[in-house]
Amino acid sequence: MTSTPPPDVAPPRPAVPETADGTRGPAAAAEQTKISVRNLNFYYGEQQALHDNSLDVPAGSVTAIIGPSGCGKSTHIRVYNRIFELYRDQRATGEVWLDGENVLAPGVDVIELRRRVGMIFQKPTPFPLTVYENLAYGLRLHYRVKGSELDDRVEQALRAAALWDEVKDKLHRSGSALSGGQQQRLCIARAIAVEPEVLLMDEPTSAIDPVATSRIEELVVQLKERYTIVIVTHNMQQAARLSDFTGFFFQGRIIEFGTTTELFTNPKQKQTEDYITGRFG
Amino acid sequence: MTRRPAWPRKAMDAAVKVVSALAAALGLGFLAWILFVVLRHGAAALNWTFLTSLPSAPGSSGGGLGNAIVGTALMTLLACALGVPVGLLAGVYLAEYGRGTRFATTVRFLANVMMGIPSIIIGLFVYAILVLPTGHFSGWAGGVALALLVLPVVARTTEDMLAMVPNALRESALALGSPHWRATVQILFRACRAGLLTGVLLAVARVSGETAPLLFTALNSPYWPRSLDGPTANLTVTIFNYAMSPYPAWQQAAWGASFIIAIGVLALTVVTRTLARERK
Repeated sequence: MTSTPPPDVAPPRPAVPETADGTRGPAAAAEQTKISVRNLNFYYGEQQALHDNSLDVPAGSVTAIIGPSGCGKSTHIRVYNRIFELYRDQRATGEVWLDGENVLAPGVDVIELRRRVGMIFQKPTPFPLTVYENLAYGLRLHYRVKGSELDDRVEQALRAAALWDEVKDKLHRSGSALSGGQQQRLCIARAIAVEPEVLLMDEPTSAIDPVATSRIEELVVQLKERYTIVIVTHNMQQAARLSDFTGFFFQGRIIEFGTTTELFTNPKQKQTEDYITGRFG
Repeated sequence: MTRRPAWPRKAMDAAVKVVSALAAALGLGFLAWILFVVLRHGAAALNWTFLTSLPSAPGSSGGGLGNAIVGTALMTLLACALGVPVGLLAGVYLAEYGRGTRFATTVRFLANVMMGIPSIIIGLFVYAILVLPTGHFSGWAGGVALALLVLPVVARTTEDMLAMVPNALRESALALGSPHWRATVQILFRACRAGLLTGVLLAVARVSGETAPLLFTALNSPYWPRSLDGPTANLTVTIFNYAMSPYPAWQQAAWGASFIIAIGVLALTVVTRTLARERK
């Protein structure tokens, strides 16, 4: 991608100092920063939706973004994979560093960025293809793979998304024939099939029934072993259940960011406290 | 404060219901009537010779319109071969790449204008750019004139159909790292293929019944179309000429030609609907 970031914002920054022999302490892997957002501003036409957002998403963890409707949660993560660029009137300024590369810099390969940073949407969006082809589509985009190897990769991804047992007999039926919860897990399988490093989840369970929701939540917990997950949710219990870190957004600003335990039990900001105690939003 | 009585509201509702039902029946009635008249007169003209042989000499009976059927089919095919790909691509530009640009707005406006241009003017235009310079009428010119009618229809329906695909689907294809063209062709087209197919077949149905654009371009011919280099036989101009001729056999043949076009368009529409339903 592009040049080395300036030293003052030089992610990834190990939060745990290196030990004498140069290796990192056992906790280091989990504490390393995957994404660093610096001074991110976002505009819908003339209207500014995000103001000076800065945060660090630790690698191999689940980071929840909470806040009332319209506070910019989704807008914020839609910058990470530059999907907002589909719309001509949307514009972002600032920096989003992914492993030390600014994804907003010109010249970034957006296709490769999006392979590395997958996204799950609010409503399940199976492609109008079979279950199998839903996964094969992404695999063929990024890998030279066919035949039994492709079959294997499809199976692996479906297993990783805890969907294999339910769909192994209907791989060649339409993806949209699955239930809502299955469709959402199909979308997760599709996203992880291309071996991303980060998964962005934009209110992934808001259109799903409670039972299917808990299955997806279990899946998220499993997936954080392998991926850095950023999940936008308007459900505070979900944030508390799933995440290691939480950011509270309000009116396009990051009011507070910290470990989930800290933010929910001992919020530093009055607004955060008001929100999590249900006084507004 | 007194309650409004219910009966005026109920009476009004009943009246609107009856009047709108009548209007619907009237529209449908005319369609049925047209079909009935064309089928009744046309069916009498139909037989194997009519479909497969050349026209008879003026005044004599027998003969057929095999050459006109082939000519119309060839020129419609040519029109599709030229108009559909360009129309599809233009529609993709309008809906996908050019959204919100001034250029796209201009192109969309021009496409709308082009759809509204009387087809005889398209015929004159092609006469000016193809027939005059080459010095003769030709099937090529006819096909080009029809393609100019297909183009805006396909472009606009493609745009409308793509615009109806939810953005969430577009975004999820792109978010997977798909190039925009591939997302369009492999995902979005598939999501709206019934609509795209309908657009194309409606355009085909429309041009296969056009007369005016062919009058100055393909003209007509009593011979088999060996190539599209010269005047080319076609059903619609044949109807135009034969219906106005004084010979009963030719008038009969004009009804036969009308029958073929009507049935052709009807069949095309039914096939479209069936395909659209099945593939969903």
